[in-house]
Amino acid sequence: MTRAERIVDNLNQALHQVMADDPSVHVLGEDIVDPYGGAFKVTKGLSTRYGSRVMATPLSEGGIVGVGAGLALAGDKAIVEIMFADFAGLAFDQLLNFASKSTMMYGRRVEIPLVVRCPTGGGRGYGPTHSQSLQKHFIGIPGLSVFEMSPFHDARELLPHLLSLGEPCLLFEDKVLYTRRAYQQGEVEDLFTFDLVGPPPYVARVRLGDGSEPDCTLIAPGGVAHRALSAMRALLLNDEITCQLLVPARLYPFDPGPLLPLLEGTRLVCVAEESTAGGTWGSEVAHRLHRHLWGSLPLPVSVVHSAPDVVPTALHLERDVLIQDTTIREAVLEALA
Amino acid sequence: MIGTAQARRSPVAKVGDEDLERLLLIRHFELTLLELFERGALNGTTHTCLGQEHIPVALSPLLGEDDFVFSNHRGHGHFLARYPDPHGLLAEIMGREGALCGGVGGSQHIYHERFLSTGVQGESLPVAVGVALRLKRTTHGGLACAYIGDGTFGEGSVYEALNMAQLWRAPLLVVVENNGIAQSTPTAAQLAGTVAARAEAFGIRHQRFAGVDLAWIRDELGPLVTAVRQTSGPLVVEFAAHRIGPHSKGDDTRSEQERLHAERSGWHRAYAEAFPEQFARIDARQRELVARVATEVAARPPVARPPVARPPVARPTGAAARSSAGERP
Repeated sequence: MTRAERIVDNLNQALHQVMADDPSVHVLGEDIVDPYGGAFKVTKGLSTRYGSRVMATPLSEGGIVGVGAGLALAGDKAIVEIMFADFAGLAFDQLLNFASKSTMMYGRRVEIPLVVRCPTGGGRGYGPTHSQSLQKHFIGIPGLSVFEMSPFHDARELLPHLLSLGEPCLLFEDKVLYTRRAYQQGEVEDLFTFDLVGPPPYVARVRLGDGSEPDCTLIAPGGVAHRALSAMRALLLNDEITCQLLVPARLYPFDPGPLLPLLEGTRLVCVAEESTAGGTWGSEVAHRLHRHLWGSLPLPVSVVHSAPDVVPTALHLERDVLIQDTTIREAVLEALA
Repeated sequence: MIGTAQARRSPVAKVGDEDLERLLLIRHFELTLLELFERGALNGTTHTCLGQEHIPVALSPLLGEDDFVFSNHRGHGHFLARYPDPHGLLAEIMGREGALCGGVGGSQHIYHERFLSTGVQGESLPVAVGVALRLKRTTHGGLACAYIGDGTFGEGSVYEALNMAQLWRAPLLVVVENNGIAQSTPTAAQLAGTVAARAEAFGIRHQRFAGVDLAWIRDELGPLVTAVRQTSGPLVVEFAAHRIGPHSKGDDTRSEQERLHAERSGWHRAYAEAFPEQFARIDARQRELVARVATEVAARPPVARPPVARPPVARPTGAAARSSAGERP
C-alpha cells in the first residue's frame, strides 16, 4: 500500500486493478458512474476508464444482484454495489435461493464469481434503515461466503481473492472506515504492531510491540477494529490488561484453525460485533471456539453486540445503541472480574 | 394533458395567502436545513424537496382527515403540507426536545398521526395498499396516498403493489414526483418506457401534470380523487417536477445550466412574477418564521428517548418465564 492510503481509495484502486487485469469483470450499482462515482465514491473513475463494463442501474437491488449472478453464470465476473447494506434485504432472495444454491444444486459445481459489496454500519447518523449491520443474516448459507473489509487488509489482495473463489461473496465495508487510513508496514499507532496470519485472505493480529503474552484476545470484524483498538489501549493503560486483537477478513465460513495457536494461554476471548444479538457471526465464532478449546479455556467466550434496538438517527441516541470501545472494555473487565 | 399543462404554466391563477404560506414555509425550511448542514449544525443526511413543494401543497385540500399519507426519503414537504409543524420536524432532524419521533427516525423515518415515511425505496407501496384496504372497510371514502419518485419504479414492490391495488380496488392514490433524476441518474438512464404505460398495463388510470398552477391542478385532480374514494380503484398521478437542490447535500453533479433551468421552471418564479407584492410579503414572513424556528429548536436540549420506545428486555428462559407466557407488560 502507498503511504497513509484512505480505505475508500484502497478499495477504489482495487476495483481499478481487477477491472484492468480481467476484462470479464463488470461492476454494477446505483449511481456509480462518473462524475458522481457512487454514494461513497468507491467506484470513482471506473466508468470513465472502463465504459460499458460499469453500469449505473435502476433502483432494483434484487434485480441487479440477479443480473450480476447471470453475468457470472455465463462466464463473466460481476461486482455489485448495494448502496447501503440495509438494502441487501431486497436482494436476499437472489443470494439465498439463486446465487448460493446454484453453485451446488445442479448436481455439479457451477461457478458464480459474484461479489456483492455492502457499505455497512452506523455511526454516521443515517438512521434506522441506513445504518444496520446485517452480516448475521447472511451467516450459515451454504455456498455464500461473507467477508469484511478492515484497516489491516489490502483490498488489492482481497478483491481478486474473492473473485477467484467462483462463488457468490458478500463484502461488507463499514462506512466509518472509508475516510480512515489503512494501517501498513505492521504499525498500529504507537503501542501496537500487526501481522497477517493464516492463509489468504488472512487474519490480522494486533498486539503489543514488545510481543508480550496477552491476557485477553479480542476478535472483531474490520468495522469494529478501531473500537477494539481503543478498548485495548484503555485496558492496557488503565486496567493493566494486555490484549491482542484478531481481525479476520473472512467471516463465514469461519475456520478457527489458524486462530487456535494464537489463543494458547489467553485467559479470555471476547468477540465484538456491531450487529444486534441473536444468531450472529460472533455467536458462531464463540461456538466454534468452544468446540475446540473447551478443555483449555478458563472462561467462556464473551460476545459483545449493539443493544437490541433500531439504530436511532440522533447522534447521542445512536451512540447509546451501537457498540462502543467502552462496551468492549466493560465486557472484558466484567468477564475477568 | 401534457399539452394543456404546458399552455397554462404561466401565468398562474390567483393564489390564496395560505397556499403561498405553505409553499414558502417548505421552501425556507429546506433552505435552512442546507444552511444548517453547511454550518455543521446537522449530522447524518437530508434530502430536500426544493422545487417540488407545489405537489403536496396542491394535494393538501384534496386530502381528508381519514386519509393516510405515505412518504419517502424526500418527505419534508409532504409532511409540512399535511401538518404545518416545523418545530416538531426540525427537532426530529436535529435530535432535540419536541422531536416528532423521539429523534430515532430523523429526516426520513417519521410516523405522525396519519403520515408515515420510510427510507427504503418502494417499501411503502404494498403497505399503503394494506392501509387502503382497511380504510375502504372502516371509513367513508378514506384513501391512502403514497408519494414515490421516478427512481422508485426500479423496485419490484411497486408492481406487486399496483397489481394488488387494482385487483382489489384499493383506494390508493399514487403520487409520482417525476423530477427527471434519481439521486444522480437521469430518468432516461434508469426507466424504460413511461410511467403512464406502466399504470396502463395494470388497467390503472394515470394522469400527468406538467404545470405548477395550484388551482388548475386541484380542478383537474379533484374529480379523479373523488373517484378513488368511491373505490373505483387506484389512481397514478404523475407530476413533472424540477429538483432544484442536490440529492442530499453537496452531491449535485448536474451542470449549472441544468440546475438553473430547474430553478427557473418552478412554481417559485411563476408565483413571484405573477403576484410580486403578495409573494414578497409572505416570503419575508416565512423566512423570518423559519429562522425563528431554527433558533428556537437549536437552543433546545437533546431529546431524551422515551423508555416506552425501547424494546423490552428479553425474559430469562426457564420454567418461570415459560409459565408467564402470554402476559404482556
